[in-house]
Amino acid sequence: MTTLASPVRAPVTISRRYLAAGTFIMLGLIDIFVFGFLAHSGDARFALSLPGASPHLPTIHVPGALTAYVLGAISIGVGILRAVVDLPRWGKRLSIAAVLLCFLLSLLAWADAGNSVGPLQVVDLLQGTLTASIPLVLGALAGLLGERSGVINIAIEGQLLTGAFVAAAVASVTGGVWLGLIGGSLAGGLVGALLAIFAIMFLVDQIIVGVVLNVIALGLTNYLYQRVMSPYAATFNAGNTFSTLKIPVLGNIPIIGPVFFDANIFLYITYALILVIQIALFRTRWGLRVRAVGEHPVAADTVGIRVRWTRYRNVILGGLVAGIGGAYLTVGSVGFFTSDISSGFGYIALAAMIFGRWTPLGSVAAALLFGFSFQLQTELSILRVPVSSFILLMAPYVATIIAVAGLVGRVRPPAADGQPYVKA
Amino acid sequence: MTDRNEAEPSAEPYVATTTQDTGTPTPDQPDGRRPLTGNMIIQAVTEGHSVVITILAVFVALVIGAVLIVASDPAVLRAWDSFGYAPGTALSATWNSVAAAYSALFEGAIFAPGTISAAFHGGSIAAIFYPLSLTAFEATPLILTGLSVALAFRAGMFNIGAAGQWIGGALVATWLGYAVNLPIVLHAVVCIIGAFIGGAVIGWIVGEIKARTGAHEVILTIMMNYVMYNFLSFLVTSQKLMQAPGQTNAVAPNINSNAFLPHVGGPPPQVGVGFLIALAAAAATAWLLSRSTLGFQFRAVGASPSAARSAGISVERVWVLAFLIAGGLAGLSASTIVQGQTSPLTTTSYGTYGFDGITVALLGRARPLGVVLAGLLFGALNAGGTVMEAATGVPSDVTNVIEALIVLFVAAPPLIRMLFRLRRGGGAGPQAVASKGWSG
Repeated sequence: MTTLASPVRAPVTISRRYLAAGTFIMLGLIDIFVFGFLAHSGDARFALSLPGASPHLPTIHVPGALTAYVLGAISIGVGILRAVVDLPRWGKRLSIAAVLLCFLLSLLAWADAGNSVGPLQVVDLLQGTLTASIPLVLGALAGLLGERSGVINIAIEGQLLTGAFVAAAVASVTGGVWLGLIGGSLAGGLVGALLAIFAIMFLVDQIIVGVVLNVIALGLTNYLYQRVMSPYAATFNAGNTFSTLKIPVLGNIPIIGPVFFDANIFLYITYALILVIQIALFRTRWGLRVRAVGEHPVAADTVGIRVRWTRYRNVILGGLVAGIGGAYLTVGSVGFFTSDISSGFGYIALAAMIFGRWTPLGSVAAALLFGFSFQLQTELSILRVPVSSFILLMAPYVATIIAVAGLVGRVRPPAADGQPYVKA
Repeated sequence: MTDRNEAEPSAEPYVATTTQDTGTPTPDQPDGRRPLTGNMIIQAVTEGHSVVITILAVFVALVIGAVLIVASDPAVLRAWDSFGYAPGTALSATWNSVAAAYSALFEGAIFAPGTISAAFHGGSIAAIFYPLSLTAFEATPLILTGLSVALAFRAGMFNIGAAGQWIGGALVATWLGYAVNLPIVLHAVVCIIGAFIGGAVIGWIVGEIKARTGAHEVILTIMMNYVMYNFLSFLVTSQKLMQAPGQTNAVAPNINSNAFLPHVGGPPPQVGVGFLIALAAAAATAWLLSRSTLGFQFRAVGASPSAARSAGISVERVWVLAFLIAGGLAGLSASTIVQGQTSPLTTTSYGTYGFDGITVALLGRARPLGVVLAGLLFGALNAGGTVMEAATGVPSDVTNVIEALIVLFVAAPPLIRMLFRLRRGGGAGPQAVASKGWSG
């Protein structure tokens, strides 16, 4: 580690066990005293099927305030259990999940109780969460591929943006959405290659190259959009999109079907990439070598692993993955490119990767959290819930700060992350 | 892990280090920079002194910008279609396209020759300086956010959070601007101080978390930016909080005219007091870094935290204070915008000042004077870009690309040396200051 990398940690005076228990109990109290007391009288309704879907599931009616009280009581119970009993590892995780779920459900119960607009569309909420997470997941996987080999990739944002631009343009000119997808991916890979060249060959600080590449990508796409794409929109920005692809049997399962198996190809590509990268990184020789390069390049070099080559390959691979995420933003959803269409998703993906502790599955969970908060905000504004959506949107960022500050367990990057490798 | 400085003992820094490139440090040159006089100039050119590298980087970036302008000009592309039988037309169309764009850029940023002859024929003399005043106007917020990033660089940290700190300053300045009634000069001063404090608080939060937990400031500042974007939106969309009364748009109330920063002569946008604030802040930062004990501690921590710690410097305290002051400088940047313009604070007021501050600081090599010059260069490109877009239809975004390319090339001296076949100088080699993993 560098000299700087020996962080000074304040002595944790309260043990983590009581900290967690206290947080759980506090969330339970919020469930009861905020969501329960403030809920309008009347039922909260949760629609489990989209309108017109078959088979149609009934809409669940629950009394809003009572639900919040019960869920709050459960949270407090879990908190006390956590403080008294030393739970095993899986138990701890389960308790966190349970308390968060209770918190969320009571929030929703409060939001929809006595609401005249209509029931909360649960399927819509979950579907939206998944689709909003796609660019975040792919961006996080891109960052992860680079950082596991020791190259910090702040240029995810630029890779998403150029990927989106090129995908829209290629799909529009050739009329082929698949070509657009490939073009977007290659464009992301190109940005990745630039990052790799400047970081690995010219040894420029990786964070600096990343930031500068983002500025270049934003300026360049804005410039070309205004100069070429917008005036000749019929040619360059026709708005081609992938159509949805429903998986035959699985897609008919209520709730699960429309959420997980009724989307366009990007969702399935994302599933595949998560699986492949998770297995490749932790179950193959390739992954072992990548991680070795990211943790201790000198040792990796000693046993004959080509450090620089590994890094080049991984950063470019990451760029290709992020490029697919960028392509999703245009050919995978709205079709049209607009100025700054990635609007900071790359930075959020970076946060998701760190929040997810540099693991594919963790990053996915974190990306889903961000995606959920985006979609929840949309749903609540549809229901005209009188809570500022911006407070809600702030939550995942505050959660990330808390996570990196080490309050919910240590977050440890690959040891050689950000360190250029120079052969002695 | 070997430190980069150990791996390459004679590395040339391109930003923010206390140890310098070539030559032996002498007492009257505390930073050990070799003066650029006499026949050393020739040596500096052939070996690629940092100034030479910067000039070449600007040149290469402008060339790439020209390629972008030409390659997207329909008239030029049509001319090139008939290159086979009319090569002259194609070449002249290319030249005309670039010349029109870049001369408009120059006229918008530095001066327009037409105004001089107009001045002789009864025109306004002030008109000659109008483009320069636009440049200074554009440069003002960039210099201040640039100083913010530069100061953090000198203390060995990367401040990507100038945008969030900017918002912190803007919120306080705006609130003081409309909610308080004070006499004319005093009100402006109170708002400026408020903006500094507002930015400083946001910076301090990051510094404090970093010092207490060791979390990396890059991720903290990025997250803080998003928290602040949403916080700003939250405040200016609520009638109970900071939304202008009776408004449905997300906009804060207009600030009291007593709180405006006056312009030094002429109609706006002219050189305002804001620009003077930026220069004063640069001077203060320069004094702080090179003359004060605290600044020495900043630089010591920036050069080597472990050495600084061994010398009895509280590294954590430096992190907190550096981020506090950096945040304050970003807050001042907000003050020059909020109090310098008649338009009230909106959810997009922060623009790209935060990220531009990074490029300005990098180009200025994290030195206050360098930041001022880099800010002026970028201000000129921005001011000229607007005029260029109006005159020739070339979108002003091309100047953003040029700015970023300049920084990229400045950050990679080996690339420029390779392009221009310069010799490697005595201590020339790539080096980065902020290179440290996430865990620092």
